[in-house]
Amino acid sequence: MATTTGHPGRTLIVLAVLVAGLITLVAVSGNWTPKLGLDLRGGTTITLTARNTTGAGTVDPNSLQLAKTIIQSRVDSLGVGESEVTTSGDNQIIVTVPNVQQDELVRLVGQTAVLRFRAVYAAEQVQPPEPIPSATGEPTQGATAQPSGEPTAGPSQTAEAPPGEPSTQPSDAGNNKPLPALPTAPPVPLDKACVPADGKGTPPDKALDWQPTEACQAAFAEFTCETRVTEVADQGIFACNQEKTEKYLLGPTLIEGNQLTKAVAGIPQNNVNWVVNLEFNSEGAAAFEQATREISQKSEPQNRFAIVLDGVAISAPSVNEPIPGGRAEISGNFTQKSATELANVLKYGALPLAFDVSEVNNVSATLGGEQLRAGIIAGIIGLVLVVGYCFLYYRGLGIVVVASLGIAGILTYASMVLLGSSVGFALNLPGIAGAIVAIGITADSFVIFFERIRDEVREGRSLRTAVETGWRRARQTILIADTVTMLSALVLFVLAIGSVRGFAFTLGLTTLIDVVVVFLFTKPLMTLLARTKFFGGGHKFSGLDPEHLGVPALPGSRSRRPAVTRPAAVSQEGV
Amino acid sequence: MSKLGAIGHRLYTGEVSYDFIGRRRRWYTISAILIVVSIISLAWRGLDFGIEFKGGADFKAATQVNAQTVDSMRVALRNSGVPDLDEATVNTIGNNQVRVQTRTLDPTEEVPKVRAAIANEVGINPDQVAYSLIGASWGSQITERALIALAVFLVLVALVIGIYFRDAKMSAAALIALVHDLILTIGIYALVGFTVTPATLIGVLTILGYSLYDTVVVFDKVREDVRDIRSSTTRTYSEAANLAVNQVLVRSINTTVIGVLPVAALLFTGAVILGEGPLKDLALALFVGMVSGAYSSIFIATPLLAQMKEREPDMKKVAARVRARRAKETQKDRVVETTSPTPVPQAGIASTGATKDSEPSNAELEEASSAVGNGAKKVSVTFKPDPQSHRDGAAKRSQPQNKPRSQRKK
Repeated sequence: MATTTGHPGRTLIVLAVLVAGLITLVAVSGNWTPKLGLDLRGGTTITLTARNTTGAGTVDPNSLQLAKTIIQSRVDSLGVGESEVTTSGDNQIIVTVPNVQQDELVRLVGQTAVLRFRAVYAAEQVQPPEPIPSATGEPTQGATAQPSGEPTAGPSQTAEAPPGEPSTQPSDAGNNKPLPALPTAPPVPLDKACVPADGKGTPPDKALDWQPTEACQAAFAEFTCETRVTEVADQGIFACNQEKTEKYLLGPTLIEGNQLTKAVAGIPQNNVNWVVNLEFNSEGAAAFEQATREISQKSEPQNRFAIVLDGVAISAPSVNEPIPGGRAEISGNFTQKSATELANVLKYGALPLAFDVSEVNNVSATLGGEQLRAGIIAGIIGLVLVVGYCFLYYRGLGIVVVASLGIAGILTYASMVLLGSSVGFALNLPGIAGAIVAIGITADSFVIFFERIRDEVREGRSLRTAVETGWRRARQTILIADTVTMLSALVLFVLAIGSVRGFAFTLGLTTLIDVVVVFLFTKPLMTLLARTKFFGGGHKFSGLDPEHLGVPALPGSRSRRPAVTRPAAVSQEGV
Repeated sequence: MSKLGAIGHRLYTGEVSYDFIGRRRRWYTISAILIVVSIISLAWRGLDFGIEFKGGADFKAATQVNAQTVDSMRVALRNSGVPDLDEATVNTIGNNQVRVQTRTLDPTEEVPKVRAAIANEVGINPDQVAYSLIGASWGSQITERALIALAVFLVLVALVIGIYFRDAKMSAAALIALVHDLILTIGIYALVGFTVTPATLIGVLTILGYSLYDTVVVFDKVREDVRDIRSSTTRTYSEAANLAVNQVLVRSINTTVIGVLPVAALLFTGAVILGEGPLKDLALALFVGMVSGAYSSIFIATPLLAQMKEREPDMKKVAARVRARRAKETQKDRVVETTSPTPVPQAGIASTGATKDSEPSNAELEEASSAVGNGAKKVSVTFKPDPQSHRDGAAKRSQPQNKPRSQRKK
């Protein structure tokens, strides 16, 4: 028995070091509050589910990662700060943006970007609606478009076979922005003007023969870049470049972006200018060769094709010669940045992914604050109730409960702060609920332990011995109970979706902390307390007094009463 | 409170004993009725799934609620220009929030319109209208994941239980109690018509863990008390299990009360301060489940376990031995053995103290015999008024937990 008493003081020192270490870490991280989830501070969470546009099958993790990057840059373009884009599971992207209530955000991240190659039928300079403020301050940003009608200067970019001569033409570098900034005006069915009366679309192989109707051309004259058009794959459309400095009348889709297998930015050998290299699959290569052969025969601007993403022409290079072999090179006045960005957009367009907006969750800052307040109030009420009950029932042992819960609280808080700053764990409302439920689960471990000690005392052991034997028996019950809780937390965490994971996480965390506290704090504390006169002697308020336990006298204590009095009294009732 | 402590002691020694096992038919009947009611309400009314499972949109706006709030909001929705909003649910939360639930909306086209309509109606900025939107297919995915989680959890729990107890019957009883709690919780949701949300589901999965926890606490004690049952001549499995249940009763009440208190706090703040939301949903499921879990581990799991165990040949032998012994004791129940080192409780008690009926039915027999098993002190005192012999009686080996050591080692 004596061997299991161990060194309670030593164990407590270990725990003290652990707590001090955690607090030091928190101090070092400089963050004294846990990171709060959006439901507690207001903000928008959007869950996107990716699906393969090519049909069934799983989503390629690399594609998802790339899509995440693209969506992140879309969100960043809003300049909202502190936004977060993460992947979840094998096909979800979760976008969280604090304090932004804009509907624009949902539109921006949720849009399915399909990249399409279309032939240009008409191109026209337009005045930008208003000076576009330069977001990045780069000199190339907002540069005026090269007038495509001028004979001395061709279109801003050319596409050619890779070994071909690099273009030396001046460029407007019209692709600095990697992603289209979408107009906010609601879409109008202006593009209906180009839909033939029978409504029939034109398949890609006939797309080159497509001719705009007069009505369509008339509508094109009316079209301004402020008008949002819905892109229909097999119809002619109107589109603008990203700067809204040039508008295009484009034919039906020649090639879909998913026939693009590769898009990389680089500097060809013997050259100094950045280019973007494209590679098509065999089907795309054949279509591209045929398209470039026909287009290159035509005159400006019909010798150009446009690469359209989300209804915006992100690039409209001219073609000087047929490009066989499925490899093309877009050259222009690229910088490394602009070339890489164009390549990324092309890659994204080539992704066989479409995104559905699965869930939008929008909490106002007011509601967030209110939820946080409610959570804290619930925690305080719960804590007071539990502590009150423990004092009422366990008297002096209530101090052990308070102290243990206090240690558990410190450990939990510190872990949450640290997990917030290290792995981005954000405490949300279900998380707070998990922590509150954990108060009960943690206190239950003490109850099991205390009741065990009482059992042992009832069996006639002295308190000091009872703490040790009771602990040995309580230990396995506590461990299995915590295992079960941990198990449910794990299953929930792995399988649950969305914010409820926060509940599972805190529940698991607090369960672990419960084990630590019971082993490293409550047990050694009880061992030490059993040596005191107050507890070990069974003081009236210690919660271990004979009367409270219902035993005639505390075994091993001096104030032993005759053991027979009580059963005798009972027998009289019983007979 | 110290009264409860004293009762705890008397329960522990068997001085006071409630026959949980013997009255099992009563508990089974109660539970059966509850389960039937649950299943009927489930079949009849079904569960009210939240929009998270069906897909839909939920808008919340702060406003001063008055009698016209709901009606005028409906009108505003109708005039919003978004089709098919007639089925929208409009209700108020507390006196300062209005909530609109609609079919699932297009996030870029329809949501802004509805938000604007609501904002206009209550006179705030559209950005202040909080909303959540769940796509229909997403909802079915969530449901699917939830069911998978439930199944995985049940399997894992069965495994853990099996490994921990290393006893098929204990595992089976624990699992049956678990399913019992699950059905009752779902039944209450169906009966009252509470909305089932993902938070509810999390709550349900958590209480499965909690219910198991309760059962583990009780079974741990049962296991301890029946350790020597095979060589026992004084107690059948049922009696030993009943003693165990009585012994952990106070502990079980305490763990349940302490577990439920924070949940009640959550439920209170969730319902009173926030009105709706994950806090309330979670707490409600937890509350129902914890109470049911405490009930089932004592009233369902243990009696079931005892019943199954009593069917084992070994246990039948023990029971037969105990019966034989008691029959023998009855023969000489007037013989006072003041010097015997192992006086045994006697079945004769049935006719004197614990059971007043002289025509014992099956259940009563069990009742009586368990009273004997637990009522050693009573027996010895009744028949051997001499306190000295009482203490001798207490010293017998097969009832080690029953006597304070101070009394045994006299």
